[in-house]
Amino acid sequence: MKQIVIISGKGGTGKTVITGAFAALVCNKIIVDCDVDAPDLYLLLNPKIKEKNVFKSGYLAVIDKNTCVKCRKCQKLCRFKAINDELIVDPIACEGCKFCYYLCPINAITLQEKISGEWFVSETKYGQFIHAKLGIAEANSGKLISLIRKEAIAIAENKQYDWVIMDGSPGVGCPVIACISNTNCAVVVTEPTLSGLHDADRVIQVARHFKVPVKVIINKYDLNNEMTITIEQYCIDNKISLVGKIPFDQTIVDSIVHKKTIMESSNMVLRGLIKQIWDNIIENI
Amino acid sequence: MIISVASGKGGTGKTTIATSLAISALEDVQLLDCDVEEPNAHIFIKPKIDSKESIGVLVPQIDANKCVLCGRCTRICAFNALAIIPNKILVFSELCHSCGACQYICPVKAINEVKKELGTIKIGQKNNIKFIQGELNIGEAIPIPIIKAVKEYIVANKLVIIDAPPGTSCPMIESTKNSDFCLLVTEPTPFGLSDLILTIEVLKKLKISYGVVINRAGLGDEKTEQYCQLNDIPILMKIPFQKEIALTYAKGIPIVEAFPEYKIIFRKVITDIMEIISRDSA
Repeated sequence: MKQIVIISGKGGTGKTVITGAFAALVCNKIIVDCDVDAPDLYLLLNPKIKEKNVFKSGYLAVIDKNTCVKCRKCQKLCRFKAINDELIVDPIACEGCKFCYYLCPINAITLQEKISGEWFVSETKYGQFIHAKLGIAEANSGKLISLIRKEAIAIAENKQYDWVIMDGSPGVGCPVIACISNTNCAVVVTEPTLSGLHDADRVIQVARHFKVPVKVIINKYDLNNEMTITIEQYCIDNKISLVGKIPFDQTIVDSIVHKKTIMESSNMVLRGLIKQIWDNIIENI
Repeated sequence: MIISVASGKGGTGKTTIATSLAISALEDVQLLDCDVEEPNAHIFIKPKIDSKESIGVLVPQIDANKCVLCGRCTRICAFNALAIIPNKILVFSELCHSCGACQYICPVKAINEVKKELGTIKIGQKNNIKFIQGELNIGEAIPIPIIKAVKEYIVANKLVIIDAPPGTSCPMIESTKNSDFCLLVTEPTPFGLSDLILTIEVLKKLKISYGVVINRAGLGDEKTEQYCQLNDIPILMKIPFQKEIALTYAKGIPIVEAFPEYKIIFRKVITDIMEIISRDSA
């Protein structure tokens, strides 16, 4: 079983559209939406939820007003400024470090387990799909990603799937690190813009820092041929395999609007291109 | 007045909107790039950087000579940043949230907190724009301390524009928190709408007023606009999908420089926001 993750650095370059296409193309796999902050892959895959689970992210400190003697030790030592002058804990600022709980001389602080989201095991017409929804204004997306990845790997091993294919999130921080670590290949989807290359370069450095092999796709490549050439040169200079270039095509936009993967469109050239890109990705991994 | 520009979904045009607002403003403005994982505003503003500040957090360092291997620090740490093996304590500093609990609990004072660099802040100027950008170091996981440090530069009573990161969790919340208004940039596709709805839920919880910019209008469907109308959400601007606009973006040219007629539209967005804020506070 091999793990492939689709990332980009910059948002909106086409991760989800490409992951959706692979979901429709590749057999004997499980699909995971690791973008738990702003998950969109479900819109293309129309999942039937089979199993619903709550995500317990950690703890929230609660101060019992009746017991509290207002020594303010907790307020003074909380590094997250989560305790206000009325000695009430701000649930958004509290990081659940439990420091105050250990500090309180009279045990007026309790820890409440925090439910920060939900995750689902679903069936789609393209096979099993694991996805999640972070609660509103909740943190800890990295932890939720690690959890659903672990679940997906367990299912894949149990059912002897060949692939775990993951849709990642933008950026280079904790959610991205949580979804790329120990994968067999990170596919970086970029676009021919200065921002696209700038951000792809940063996330490629992160992938290399964690020793994850990288391959690149240039999406909407024909919107700016000059920049596409620059990115091609960047790939050569950095010894990165460029696995494909996808043109800007209204049929891609139309398939998103109709909530279909591009493998369901009538555009045979595009479908052939996706197949070629997948073959290039799995070569030598 | 603090206006943050956010989106939920990435790549909808936050940076385009934030930089163009700053350039179009008739007054001095602070532009804060809080997308510290992937800061891009500098590509469009091209400021002259005058100074830099290294941003670090405190992480534990164990003095092996003093440590008695009692393991209390490993048990108190809520983030698994400390682990005990037979002859030493291991520190995984990238997991540390700098809460300080371990050094406090250590009975033999074997833990010192030392500064570890997480990233850099760059400060510069371009015309009317005071530019402040945070940048997370490669391989670091936690952007929050850098976002907080960028926001320390906010000068009260100035016009402040914040380019926020995508998503709806901690980095986006930290960036938009305490704004007077949040401008949500979306695109007219099911992806854009789904993430817009999530972001609005977050802003409601943070009690921040908001309005919408529809970028690449005409590209997808009408549902985003219908959603805004149905829910009384002001649409402050629509930018049509045009290859010429996409091309100027690709080259790092702000839309208001390539198409100066947009300056008036962006100025109107600022005055509209001011009106909404004064109406809401009345």
